[in-house]
Amino acid sequence: MTERDQVIALIPRLRRYARALVRDPGAADDLVQDTLERALGKFHLWKPGTDLRAWLFTIMHNVHVNQVRRRREFAVLDDEAPELSVRGSQNGALALRDLQSALERLPNDQREVLLLVVLEDMSYQEVAASLAVPIGTVMSRLSRARAKLRVAIDGGESSAQLQIVK
Amino acid sequence: MSEARISDAELHAWVDGRLAVARRAEIEAEIAMDRELATQVAAYRAQSEALRAAYRPVLDEPIPARLLDATRPQRRRPWAIAAALAWMVLGGVAGWAVNEATRPGASPARAQAPLAQRAAIAHAVYSPEVRHPVEVGADQEAHLVAWLSKRLGAPVRAPKLESVGFRLVGGRLLPGDPGPVAHFMYQSEKGARVTLYMRTEGTDHGETAFRYADEGTVRVFYWVDRKLGYALSSADISRKQLYTLANAVYQQLNP
Repeated sequence: MTERDQVIALIPRLRRYARALVRDPGAADDLVQDTLERALGKFHLWKPGTDLRAWLFTIMHNVHVNQVRRRREFAVLDDEAPELSVRGSQNGALALRDLQSALERLPNDQREVLLLVVLEDMSYQEVAASLAVPIGTVMSRLSRARAKLRVAIDGGESSAQLQIVK
Repeated sequence: MSEARISDAELHAWVDGRLAVARRAEIEAEIAMDRELATQVAAYRAQSEALRAAYRPVLDEPIPARLLDATRPQRRRPWAIAAALAWMVLGGVAGWAVNEATRPGASPARAQAPLAQRAAIAHAVYSPEVRHPVEVGADQEAHLVAWLSKRLGAPVRAPKLESVGFRLVGGRLLPGDPGPVAHFMYQSEKGARVTLYMRTEGTDHGETAFRYADEGTVRVFYWVDRKLGYALSSADISRKQLYTLANAVYQQLNP
């Protein structure tokens, strides 16, 4: 596999993560495209034999953080929007839309950690390396993300019977 | 009391299946005895499952062309395109001068610009485009074809080249001589690009054989079929491969 093929093989995972991170599919692909262009521009900095996935996710993190920062100059981002409880539909099932809304209301740094752990199945060390933060920060962000998502989805009540609608 | 014996970090590591086997069993025993804790980890596991289920379909979506393009090395920088264009224009002017000088009793009717050369110029200009390779994308193929047919005043079709490894990216309308030109772009899985240039010919030429031209770095197969001239160009694939594609195009347009 050439290096380009290796990058292409990772695009579906970059897209999945971006889709969960920014929700709007067009904006998510813009983020992936900017990430790939950035990566190509500095491909000489990637050391063959090291983890290409981690390298690309680090670049995506940096691109995304810059975009969020730039947007903030125009509008106050609702990173810390009030946590309205999103109740499931009548049958108590967790609808996809509710899940996405709850995810969207998490602060960006907590959402990133949760998604890298859950979607990418990264170890806590890998997440810490990708985001360039200490592992203690990773754990506290993960903890807060999960607690907030739980409150948002079922008001913190018993959720043992939480069901998933696919 | 469970909080004292299980750290928050361990709880998450348990949810994520990242604990050593021995410790996992201990934590499971704690969870079994603590209803509140059991509810909490069940909620966390359900969250994870829901997230994975919600976004799993993205993995199976086809990769958009623009993302594949973003991984293409930028082989042709703007100066290279400019150089290629200058080369072709010079070649064209020289060719025209020679043609005029050697033509027995130069005809008063102005000759049409050479098909292969025009097609190669269009290819050199549009094929390196990453963000705007076409004016109308393949997702609106019906609209694209109807629009170009109307402007050319002849039925235009975009041949399907999937069987030979290329899919339609889209197309655009170009100014030509004497009339408008339909320009379709195709791309392979590996990012190689081919463009099909179609124009109406001033007079009915009947049918000509395939002709081949090297226009700088661009290879072109071209032919005329009654009132339409076709040219298939690429700088990314071999002459042999391009010939295969030209045959596929010809067969589809003349079933």
